[in-house]
Amino acid sequence: MNTLQLVGAFALSFFAVVGRLTLFGVEALSHCLRPPFYLRSIGRQLIDIGYYSLPVVGLTAIFTGMVLALQSYVGFARFSAEGAIANVVVVSITRELGPVLAGLMVAGRIGAAMAAEIGTMRVTEQLDALTTLSTNPMKYLVAPRLIAGVIVLPLLVIIANIIGIFGGFIVAVYKLGFNPANYLQNTFEALHVDDVVSGLVKAAVFGFIISLMGCYHGYTSRGGAQGVGQATTSAVVSASILILCFDYVLTELFFAK
Amino acid sequence: MNAALPKISIRGLCKAFGRKVVLDGIDLDLGSGESVVVIGGSGSGKSVLLKCVLGLMEPDAGSILIDGVETVGLRGEPRDEIGRKFGMLFQGAALFDSLPVWENVTFGLLAQQKIRRHDARGIAVAKLAQVGLGADVCDLAPSELSGGMQKRVALARAIAADPEIIFFDEPTTGLDPIMADVINSLIVKTTREVGASALSITHDMASARKIAHRIAMLYQGAIIWAGPVADVDASGDPRVDQFIHGRAEGPIQMAVRA
Repeated sequence: MNTLQLVGAFALSFFAVVGRLTLFGVEALSHCLRPPFYLRSIGRQLIDIGYYSLPVVGLTAIFTGMVLALQSYVGFARFSAEGAIANVVVVSITRELGPVLAGLMVAGRIGAAMAAEIGTMRVTEQLDALTTLSTNPMKYLVAPRLIAGVIVLPLLVIIANIIGIFGGFIVAVYKLGFNPANYLQNTFEALHVDDVVSGLVKAAVFGFIISLMGCYHGYTSRGGAQGVGQATTSAVVSASILILCFDYVLTELFFAK
Repeated sequence: MNAALPKISIRGLCKAFGRKVVLDGIDLDLGSGESVVVIGGSGSGKSVLLKCVLGLMEPDAGSILIDGVETVGLRGEPRDEIGRKFGMLFQGAALFDSLPVWENVTFGLLAQQKIRRHDARGIAVAKLAQVGLGADVCDLAPSELSGGMQKRVALARAIAADPEIIFFDEPTTGLDPIMADVINSLIVKTTREVGASALSITHDMASARKIAHRIAMLYQGAIIWAGPVADVDASGDPRVDQFIHGRAEGPIQMAVRA
């Protein structure tokens, strides 16, 4: 096979996957908007995605905030600009690190779990069983996960933002010797609604991406345990890449002059 | 409705995966209250046939009439309406891991909003009793049950909505001979109680003899013999003889590498 054929085969395969994913996403979205809605299932997903992700997202946020304060101090001390640390921590966490790190952590935890659960249901004929019981698997399994993902990621990011900023505060006050009142004042002055809202919009998009990739790879998995394993890996990898990709696109939309 | 109208009438059903032709012009009828068992070797297309009838797979050509209604290409509410006549026992039981036994049994009834949630448990207990299980299994997870108990729960789920047609996919696979016979007896009993027609696929001849009124043999994508269960030993077809006696030598050559 020559290079041109290889490139052609890759392009065809890539666009076929994009096409299938788009059709899957459109169908899933249409089920999110049409009744019946499985409220118990949505509630269960809200708890699975949101509540059980709190520890990992919280730990990631607090250490990120602490490192950010420390690194900023080291860097800014060269220019005698240590006073800008609170500003850097707030802007970095709310605009960027809160949504992206929470997204990546949830992608690793939840995207994999979704792909594994739905993939196992596929290979054990549970999806076929749903269909024979007059239940559309897209509506029963995929739509609640998408709805829950879009709702819960922004809530997680709000908590991650608070914890991350608090991490920066701890390091600034207890290690770097900043005055707590001044640091808090700087923090609140640096906090802008636009930054927070842009981060929350990103989080909602990331929640959609994580749920979509987890469900898609699980739903289309084939071939027993190996297929489910592959689906799990693909869900995490593709969700992580898409999160970073859409992070750039959304940043460009929100902040590019 | 015409009493002589078959519950299922399959004509010229074809299905291929790439170049591999799995079903090649299948004709098969299932009468009202009748139990038909399709036998055939592994990979002969039995499961594909069942999935086409259930609407889980779209055939390439042919016709499938359910109570006289063409179901090939049927979508949306009309398809769901047909689907509500069905009950299905899957080969591996296919119970939902995330739900307790009682919710598995009444899942279809709840999904079709035929019952309210607080009535469901009582109905599950009654259906489980029909398959010889006590109320003590209601709150167990499917993973806490043995293979035979899982099959019984799956059977209870299949009959829960009093379906008109029940499908059985290899109902005794993976069970010991005694438990297999228990399941076969339950299939006969429950199908009779519900008054349903039954279409089963299996390669277990003991099972086929016990639950079938008629047997059809699928080989290389076609029905090569069909007739009453009493005639299967005198089919006159060497391929049927080889299969029902489980002989390695004969006209059916399995693809086996030494």
